[in-house]
Amino acid sequence: MALPQPSRPAATQVLSRLVNIGIPYLWLGLFFLLPFVIVLQISLAEPALAQPPYTPLWQWIEDGLLQIQLNLQNFLLVGEDSLYLSAFLNSLQVALISTLLCLLLGYPMAYAIATAPERLRVVLLMLIILPFWTSFLIRVYAWIGILKSNGLLNDFLIWLGLIDSPLTILHTQTAVYIGVVYSYLPFMILPLYANLTRLDHGLLEAAADLGCRPFCGFMRVTLPLSMAGIVAGSMLVFIPVVGEFVIPDLLGGPQSLMVGKLLWTEFFSNKDWPLASALAIVMLALLVIPFVMMQRWQQRMEGGRP
Amino acid sequence: MKRRRWPLLGMLVFGYAFLYVPIVLLIAYSFNESRLVTVWSGFSTRWYAELLRNQQLLDAAWLSVRIAATNATLAVVLGTLAANALVRHPRFRGRAGFELLLTAPLVMPDVIIGLSLLLLFVAMQQGIGWPAGRGFTTITIAHITFSMAYVAVVVRARLSQLDRSLEEAAMDLGARPLGVYRMITLPLIAPALLSGWLLAFTLSLDDLVIASFVAGPGSTTLPMVIYSSVRMGVSPQINALATLIVLLVALAVIVAGLSMRQRR
Repeated sequence: MALPQPSRPAATQVLSRLVNIGIPYLWLGLFFLLPFVIVLQISLAEPALAQPPYTPLWQWIEDGLLQIQLNLQNFLLVGEDSLYLSAFLNSLQVALISTLLCLLLGYPMAYAIATAPERLRVVLLMLIILPFWTSFLIRVYAWIGILKSNGLLNDFLIWLGLIDSPLTILHTQTAVYIGVVYSYLPFMILPLYANLTRLDHGLLEAAADLGCRPFCGFMRVTLPLSMAGIVAGSMLVFIPVVGEFVIPDLLGGPQSLMVGKLLWTEFFSNKDWPLASALAIVMLALLVIPFVMMQRWQQRMEGGRP
Repeated sequence: MKRRRWPLLGMLVFGYAFLYVPIVLLIAYSFNESRLVTVWSGFSTRWYAELLRNQQLLDAAWLSVRIAATNATLAVVLGTLAANALVRHPRFRGRAGFELLLTAPLVMPDVIIGLSLLLLFVAMQQGIGWPAGRGFTTITIAHITFSMAYVAVVVRARLSQLDRSLEEAAMDLGARPLGVYRMITLPLIAPALLSGWLLAFTLSLDDLVIASFVAGPGSTTLPMVIYSSVRMGVSPQINALATLIVLLVALAVIVAGLSMRQRR
């Protein structure tokens, strides 16, 4: 920050630090960081028919002997049972492919909005944000009526004469992809747009003067410069989709088992809190790399702000 | 140059159609007389009337609105403090960790946040006896934790664009730092506070997963009612409810957009 700090009395500076940094830090530490420690702890416990339904990790037994019992069974189960393994693989696959689909659809849209006339831009952007504000659950629900075998899409295709008998789309992997791309598209478009509007068009003109045709200009100037937006948008889609519950639950079928749904079932139906915690820990470990990547690029994006 | 924009324009139209056709269909079929959502049998507002008689749904909606309003207010306070910290204190010990903690809730899958907070509440109840039960308080705390991150993003953007000369002028005229913040800074960032509040409100109103984990037996929020009714099949009442929500949100966004423009 190049802004000159106005000279303030030292006491208010200290107070300002204490309030502005201290209070949010304390809140996030208590309600965001500490819970993960507890999840890790419970993932090492054994399920029990008790309230709460798991065994304590340590116990004082007589003569001042502390007995610590760590149960790695949950993690072994997650690694060995093909059900869990395939759920993780399927989640990663769904997240990866839908991120690519969002990018394929979102990039041209963000580019078109960023290069639109100023007045139009505000409206176009508002129209991207608006669905994001309406209920996510209800927007996913809307697709049930469209994708059902006697739904609007099948009726429309039969009316057009493209198909004779209704297609099965609801409760398949395809429906999950449609739902995910639909719900997460704004998360891809917004960072891309923010990035593309800051693009210096002088660079493109310079490239054109040097004999670079528009396609070459896009590949060698626009695309590399929008990398920060691409990474930010991709991570905003990829990371939450890995743990998505609502979309695979409402639109997906038995084939499209995802970790988020599995965790939900272990917790709510099987009441196996330790196993659900182990699933959460494995998911967290998988998401650390994409998350660090996002942080890096975000800082680069902020650093490059004119 | 003109000709090359056609494919781009096509993509744009397709993209907006993809985003809006489902919502438009949802609204259209809320006025359908038939119980079968996909067969049009005539215009009717009977589902709206049934919606207004559905006491369980109304109770859940009232609980959700109370949670959302409390959440939004506290999230704006905490999110603004965090934004102040990031913009006004460029260097402090643990800043990287602070930023990490503030970004993580934006992308963290809901199932993880929900499960981890529930386990915390259970452990706290065993350890210190608070919170005694789960419901309004626990859901609100959970919602604040992720909403404040969104508020911080919105307020931070506004705060870092702010012209500091007004604050400095007030300071030179002898105003105290807190007075400057209250009389100069807050009015200048008010539009961001408003959109942050609305964002936090809708995020809370929309959350199914986290609330399901941290809710107690007696506290059913609106998304939980919608979810259980959707699981049993498509219901025109939900279409009517969706239409009302879309209308309200569109109204709020337009009002917020207009107020932002006037301020500029």
